Amino acid sequence: MTASTVYIGSGAGFAGDRIDAGLPVVETLARRDGPRYLIFEVMGERTLAIAQRIKMRNPELGYSPYLEPYLRGVLKPAKDAGVRIVANLGNANPLGGARKTLEIAAELGIDGLRVAVVLGDDLLSFMSGDEVAALPAVEGVSIAGKEIVAANAYLGARPVAEALTLGTDVVLVGRTTDAALVLGPLIHEFGWTEDDWDRLAAGTLAGHLLECGGQVTGGYFCDPGFKDVPGMDELGFPIGEISADGSIVITKAENTGGLVTRATVTEQILYEMHDPAAYLTPDVALDVTGVTLADDGKDRVRVLGAKGHPPPETLKVTVSADGGWLGEAELTYAGPNALARANLAADIVRKRLASRGVKDPVRVEIVGAGAAFDNDASDRQRGANMPMNGEYRLRAAVRTDDKATAQYVNDEVLSLFCSGPAGGGGYRCSITGQVNTASVLVPRGPVEAQAKAEEVTA
Amino acid sequence: MSDTLTLPLHAVAHGRAGDKGNRSNISVVAYLPEAFAYLCDQVTEDKVLGLFRHKGATQVTRYVLPNLNALNFVIDDALEGGVNSALTQDLHGKTLSFLLLGEIEVTVPRSCVPAGSRYLGD
Repeated sequence: MTASTVYIGSGAGFAGDRIDAGLPVVETLARRDGPRYLIFEVMGERTLAIAQRIKMRNPELGYSPYLEPYLRGVLKPAKDAGVRIVANLGNANPLGGARKTLEIAAELGIDGLRVAVVLGDDLLSFMSGDEVAALPAVEGVSIAGKEIVAANAYLGARPVAEALTLGTDVVLVGRTTDAALVLGPLIHEFGWTEDDWDRLAAGTLAGHLLECGGQVTGGYFCDPGFKDVPGMDELGFPIGEISADGSIVITKAENTGGLVTRATVTEQILYEMHDPAAYLTPDVALDVTGVTLADDGKDRVRVLGAKGHPPPETLKVTVSADGGWLGEAELTYAGPNALARANLAADIVRKRLASRGVKDPVRVEIVGAGAAFDNDASDRQRGANMPMNGEYRLRAAVRTDDKATAQYVNDEVLSLFCSGPAGGGGYRCSITGQVNTASVLVPRGPVEAQAKAEEVTA
Repeated sequence: MSDTLTLPLHAVAHGRAGDKGNRSNISVVAYLPEAFAYLCDQVTEDKVLGLFRHKGATQVTRYVLPNLNALNFVIDDALEGGVNSALTQDLHGKTLSFLLLGEIEVTVPRSCVPAGSRYLGD
């Protein structure tokens, strides 16, 4: 029998999200009847390149470093309640992630936990680097001539739905669209066909609303005195209640903080959306221009009216290459005449980097004097009329292929301690390896032919 | 007391910024439905382009969503290369929604500002 309502909660909206946010979601889902799912979305554009490098050093690794902390807290209660987990915690190594999940289950004494994976997003497993480099680019930096570290296609929801037919408790994927973590279960439960555009659009919109976790329940929304949100220290993560006809209610875990209103939902609908009539995924082109929102009780908003159109014949691929180094160093000036001292410090650093021949792109700015909205040349900051007394933080940043140059720029800030203006303190610095990415398009047929779902056993 | 006020957009709307590559999108959502028509009239593509030109912005496309009382601005080349090459602290341009809300001014009837707002000074 087909279910009438599917409940899908979110346990994380990015790698670094609260480790314990998923448990109240599972506890709430345990009190509902019908098909229930918990998703974790932890992948960014750069995630796969970093994970690939880890996997090269140790073939057992390359799954999300957050797999263990996120799953450890929910695996048993979810299994006990019959809540299935769908997560992109597989990163560059879903098979390794599945084995780790089974290991955690054994350690926690969970009997009979079953795990499946979705494979096939890794283009480098069936295409050469040269073939990938020749694909048409739509965005990002040129990758010509650089060594490609990772190239992963965004798979759609069909392989996720296929994995769910295996009946496992957990499905781990690598690169799929974020929305596929939600649309996959809906296709599996409701049997939506490949040309049921409006329902696929509704499922994609539900995914878009849930994929960022607390961003739809008051997180990244609160603006005290203007948009107040209660209990942000215990922010409740969202739960979507999706019906077979594609109607959606967004609500949240019980006994938590946060809120769900038409305003929180509106901000998340438009988050990282460009043309609202054509949000492209491999499953459907989503049109939200006709979407309407209605209050449906406390912390409940009903979302109706998503329209769908056929998707593109290509899949988006994120290609990653080495991006050199980002060096950053900071030093604070405070109290009387602090801005004058910080400005002098900035001038000293600029002059020395120029006279010592640093040719890489450098930015020297003063945090507290409008740096966040400024450009690399600090044009706004120069024109601003900021108070001389206060608290300002000098910041220098450089991007370079030469790690020693990054170190040198940082050291020029450090040397202000004894050779710069009075009263600088609180030096901090970092040098971090960077990943450059480009988005390219690949014909979907050959890639989707590689996509497959399989159960993994210990 | 005047019935018309000139205020930062922040008094009548809220929003959120996101990024894809070197392109930023910033939503602007009216707190009150009665403010929406004024936003449509006054928060134009040209004004937003002017605000982001110093960062290299080349083009702004505005999408109007009357059902949601919202505008969506897509700003090309606004992020100094974004995560690939920007040197700013905020590589994704997440803070930029508040540049837009803070620096664009709108002239609206008092009734378009939520009751009790700090901007009303009551």
